Amino acid sequence: MERAAVLGRLNWQLATVVELVDETMRTKSIVLDPPEWAGHRAGQHVDVRLTAEDGYQAQRSYSIASAPQDGRLVLTVELLDDGEVSPYLVDELRAGDQLELRGPIGGYFVWEESLGGPLLLLGGGSGIVPLRSMLRHHNAIGSNVPARLLYSSRALDDVIYRDELARLAASDEVDIRFTLTRESPEGWGGYRRRIDRELLEEVAWPPSDRPLVYICGPTGFVETAASGLVALGHEPGRIRTERFGPTGG
Amino acid sequence: MAPISRGFRGRRRAEADPARIPPGQYVTHDFPVLSAGPTPHTALEAWSFTIRGAVDQPASWTWASLTALPSEKVTVDIHCVTKWSKLDTVWTGVSLDTLLEGVETSAEYATAFSDGGYTTNLPLEDLTGGKAWIAYAYDEEPLESEHGGPARLLVPHLYFWKSAKWVRGLELREEDEPGFWESYGYHNYGDPWKEQRYWGD
Repeated sequence: MERAAVLGRLNWQLATVVELVDETMRTKSIVLDPPEWAGHRAGQHVDVRLTAEDGYQAQRSYSIASAPQDGRLVLTVELLDDGEVSPYLVDELRAGDQLELRGPIGGYFVWEESLGGPLLLLGGGSGIVPLRSMLRHHNAIGSNVPARLLYSSRALDDVIYRDELARLAASDEVDIRFTLTRESPEGWGGYRRRIDRELLEEVAWPPSDRPLVYICGPTGFVETAASGLVALGHEPGRIRTERFGPTGG
Repeated sequence: MAPISRGFRGRRRAEADPARIPPGQYVTHDFPVLSAGPTPHTALEAWSFTIRGAVDQPASWTWASLTALPSEKVTVDIHCVTKWSKLDTVWTGVSLDTLLEGVETSAEYATAFSDGGYTTNLPLEDLTGGKAWIAYAYDEEPLESEHGGPARLLVPHLYFWKSAKWVRGLELREEDEPGFWESYGYHNYGDPWKEQRYWGD
């Protein structure tokens, strides 16, 4: 009991759903107002718990999409066809509903200015979510740490936070690059291929610059990106990964 | 009881025996991969497994000597703190009882250490009595590096982050000391049946 008190239990709480924002055909951002929120660090996640009328429960983890400075808690959830929780969150949840959650959770896949950089973010699909929190945080604190994002999506319509990232890309503050792996529109100015060693070499700073790397996406993407960077000579200890499989939820 | 989520019915899996699923877990048939950094690749010739720390005499095994020890094939359920459980997984490896047999120690705790710098801590009694293995095969195939190969710790009665991937040894200790995830907000012990996911659970 004493230890629990010292370390602080993460209690379940009922957050009010303030707003739902369509991000792509398959992803929505859920804007939440939790009654007790002591703040979070960019890159952390929360656990969400759903309860059916007969008491049956399902829990999943979702990355926080908002920056600590945003003043509201936002999750972005991708609909998984065989999922149990994500179809509810994307298709059923409405503004005004209550959503049970606890967090923030996780202390490693987190970026704070004290950790320095250069900051290299590599995201695949909805793996962009915690990286977007880091980018918003970087922006909100006016950080001078050089930051670069490579974001891999299947097609332009699958790009989450498209307008926001395009606006950021147009500023000089961060360097944002997109790659589309399945289809790209005519005149597309970004990359048109899957992440590989050659693309990593082009996008990553040289190993001598010792970038701090955060990689989030499906297992294949993360594995390719992380092992590719190690092969190029980047320090494994400066590469932080977060993966989700097809059963994420 | 927790408040009802309006309109949520859930998708219960008829095939899974609820008595085998710890609270808050769901059954998956895939084998998701989770790790904090790049997958290390250590050549088998350079690999060893060492028991050191609060011991009279450190003990070490090469890949050849470890895999020459009597092995066990075990079928166990595994539970990941990220909510998935996988039932009836089949592993082959050496029991920690076999490895600790000749080790004299008064230590009560162990820290497993791995290639890549990962560590996790456990009471020593959770590693003995037929509860833990150094596993080098999954489904009768060599353990893939993504899943912790060439060898990982297998402690199925605790959340799966305790089953350290790429394990290279145990440091035995008189005092408990939090490992990697245990320092980043995850529970020090990690019993899935008590849902000990995070600090304070």
